Amino acid sequence: MSVSIGRHLLSSQDLNNETAVALLDTAARLDAAMTGREVKKLPTLRGRTVVNLFYEDSTRTRTSFELAAKRLSADVVNFSAKGSSVSKGESLKDTALTLQAMGSDAVVIRHHLSGAPRRLATWIEGSVINAGDGTHEHPTQALLDAFTMRRRLRDGEGDLKGLRVVVVGDVLHSRVARSNVRLLRTLGAEVVLVAPPTLLPVGVAEWPCEVSYDLDSALPGADVVMMLRVQRERMTASYFPSAREYSRRYGLDAARLAKCEEHTLVMHPGPMNRGMEISAEVADDPRRSVITEQVTNGVSVRMAVLYMLLSGEGVANE
Amino acid sequence: MPAQSHSASQIDLQAPKTVLSAEDMARVLDRIAHQILEKTRGGDGVVLMGIPTRGTFLAQRLADRVATFAGVRVGLGAIDITMYRDDLRSQAFRPLAETREPAGGLDGKLVILVDDVLFSGRTVRAALDAIADLGRPRAVQLAVLVDRGHRELPIRADYVGKNLPTSVQQQVKVRMLERDGSDAVTIVGPAEFEEGHGE
Amino acid sequence: MSNQARFNDQRGLLLRAVRPYGEAAVDVRILDGTIAEIGADLAPADDETVIDGGGAVLLPGLVDLHVHLREPGREDAETVRTGSEAAALGGFTAVFAMPNTDPTADTAGVVEQVFRLGEQTGLVDVHPIGAVTVGRAGLQLAELGAMADSVARVRVFSDDGACVSDPALMRRALEYVKAFDGVIAQHAEEPRLTVGAQLNEGVVSARLGLTGWPAAAEEAIIARDTLLAAHVDSRLHVCHVSTAGSVDIIRAAKAKGWQVSAEVTPHHLLLTDDLAEDYDPVFKVNPPLRTASDIAALRAGLADGTIDCVATDHAPHSSEDKESEWGSASPGMLGLQTALSVVIETMVETGALDWRGVADRMSAAPARIGRLADQGRPIAIGSPANLVLVDDTAHWTVDRAALASKSRNTPYEGRTLPGRVVATFLRGTATVLDGKLVAGQVAGASR
Ligand SMILES: [Zn+2]
Repeated sequence: MSVSIGRHLLSSQDLNNETAVALLDTAARLDAAMTGREVKKLPTLRGRTVVNLFYEDSTRTRTSFELAAKRLSADVVNFSAKGSSVSKGESLKDTALTLQAMGSDAVVIRHHLSGAPRRLATWIEGSVINAGDGTHEHPTQALLDAFTMRRRLRDGEGDLKGLRVVVVGDVLHSRVARSNVRLLRTLGAEVVLVAPPTLLPVGVAEWPCEVSYDLDSALPGADVVMMLRVQRERMTASYFPSAREYSRRYGLDAARLAKCEEHTLVMHPGPMNRGMEISAEVADDPRRSVITEQVTNGVSVRMAVLYMLLSGEGVANE
Repeated sequence: MPAQSHSASQIDLQAPKTVLSAEDMARVLDRIAHQILEKTRGGDGVVLMGIPTRGTFLAQRLADRVATFAGVRVGLGAIDITMYRDDLRSQAFRPLAETREPAGGLDGKLVILVDDVLFSGRTVRAALDAIADLGRPRAVQLAVLVDRGHRELPIRADYVGKNLPTSVQQQVKVRMLERDGSDAVTIVGPAEFEEGHGE
Repeated sequence: MSNQARFNDQRGLLLRAVRPYGEAAVDVRILDGTIAEIGADLAPADDETVIDGGGAVLLPGLVDLHVHLREPGREDAETVRTGSEAAALGGFTAVFAMPNTDPTADTAGVVEQVFRLGEQTGLVDVHPIGAVTVGRAGLQLAELGAMADSVARVRVFSDDGACVSDPALMRRALEYVKAFDGVIAQHAEEPRLTVGAQLNEGVVSARLGLTGWPAAAEEAIIARDTLLAAHVDSRLHVCHVSTAGSVDIIRAAKAKGWQVSAEVTPHHLLLTDDLAEDYDPVFKVNPPLRTASDIAALRAGLADGTIDCVATDHAPHSSEDKESEWGSASPGMLGLQTALSVVIETMVETGALDWRGVADRMSAAPARIGRLADQGRPIAIGSPANLVLVDDTAHWTVDRAALASKSRNTPYEGRTLPGRVVATFLRGTATVLDGKLVAGQVAGASR
């Protein structure tokens, strides 16, 4: 295998080990290059257009992509679900044809329906980057999580071989979990999913990870504990009886964290429900929590993705 | 790389010709180091910025020689120009190399860019842009091991190890101990070969 | 075949060298819409149209218990005319049109409208299915008796697309239709278990992040309904059976002698849920595509008669409703023109059914369930000449643009399938000849 990426980044599955490592290396270089310099801008994508097509509100992800594109000198167009033709009931296909006519080089799409980015990719010629689709995937989130883990636990080099990552929470509805399970496996980490059985998909047994219903038994030996957001509304659909019971069985608080190793990191893709899946004390623990660092690293990782995808159009990227 | 138009058997027929041996290379670098000292009044305010990969090694060697010859420690750094290239669309993904600024930065310094082969001039153009984003040097000069001609931009080197007339189809290959196990500059060609600028 | 000019001559038709049920080649004479003579080397009478079958397989005209013709209401997706054309080209001589139109076919007026449109088109017999409940809302029985007594003589009732999920209402419906020998055709889907469901719940849905449609949601309703049908001693028909578990439940019910019949769609005999991998909604259907083991069970069930018949669930959708995200696309697939070929591929070529079996599952059984006296009759002297001639040696490649349907949502685009419908005869009149609609027929019906 070698570094190889297609035109799009739709799923963590699009990345093999070498490509994922090359992306993380590139992100690290870009991060170093941008740190403390006067001009926080590289000319790489001058004259190229990156469209942010957001059908769901996510200021953080959109801003992160926007900054990444702008730091590479791309022109950025924001199409949000509010205040543009997107909201007037225009179909995704018609929007795609509009973007195609505009000559966009890359479209960053966030959509509430699984698979929308893959559909979009069949209708436009430019690159499509999945910025989160329904309950499917969010590959750049997984990349920035891996970047953060590698920086903290692997001296910023190589892959994540041997790392033990415990992912806790609403796996069933989590695109972050799906992307992370795949990418972390590709990078050599072991993944343990912990959730009440109601919040694990039927078919999870086929995933390349361990599954547990018991958080306390999964924590010892974990290098990273990644807490997933759990929406309180889930309890009205009887996924669990109450927020209190969920929090007691699956929430991460200081007492639970004390069972972990000295070096164990706490991660969360945000936005957090403090007091639900994570206690405020843990979320704000300066030694363990790398939650704000995840956000910072997002920009470099997304710059690397844009750079890699937009390199060598018409050239086999191998 | 773009697909090459020749077949494998043609490569075999055309043995690489050595244009600089290890000894030649050492002598040439000695000379450039002396020239730098001469032209910059003893290396005052000089920063050598190598263009990865082999330009970085060359800059290191020149800095060592300057130190030996004149007892002066000039500034030393590296500047990756990958993100400044103008051929993103036509080239496959290239990994980034390290950019290293010397302590004290580039402002007001005499920056000497160091590269192995000067060809179209596009790499140097990119490096000039990259330097401009890092700081504001007093002046920028260029040192290269080999100038093989065929410029596409108004760029010339201030220090040249060897002027090497080539055809566009020929390939100039620079080997360096630090990376390739030995020092040598070879030329492969003529005719159908695509250019492969060592970097 | 070269006598196209004279085919419409009702005086007589001689099919030469045709193989009824794929057996020995014979000649078949049709007079006044009825099979008049079967034998070797029949001499053509004066004025008789002669069609050389070239050894093609002759089957009774196919009957489809489950199609969506979209008229009235969604004539942009399909009409009775275009659906009839697709049916005739697929070898059908009768179809049952589901009531999920706009307005819903829940009154005598609407079913008579659909029935008359079918008569005017004249390519296949169009039998409207009446809605079980008003507006298919599942709250109140529609006037089933009025529909039964109407010109359309409705005998099959269904809320298809929706399940009659209220058990008390389902029980009453099953009881009520006994008065006119009706049958309730249930779309078996427990709605509380399929909220937002997009794809068979399993490995693929987990990977794709699509809300799962559990097999149990179908099986629970089928189990319940067979018990209800047994309790009130009425007829239950199960639409589009899609899971191995459903086959087991139906088999058990039949073993007890209960009046349960079932259908399977061609797509559930061939296609699996992993086709959803690219999120192309052309593979979105309800019930969803299942797994290879479900397919094996469905084929076995169809072969042993547990599943009585094949029904297409032909469900045309406009491109706006299909060229979208998976989650917002309408479920459904075209099926009429590909059904026989898919059955040949999945059942005949695998040895699971012979041609007599195909004739039973695609003609006799559905006609019997739908209480049609003049369809699904054996190829015998005196039977109505509803026939289809199939070149079993031919293969064809599906080209959605070439299909007769107004819509393009075939899941078989680009696939090469075995068996080609050469000719279709409705009461002795060719509706399809040489694999093409008979021009006179189309023109004559457009009055
Ligand atoms: Zn249905």
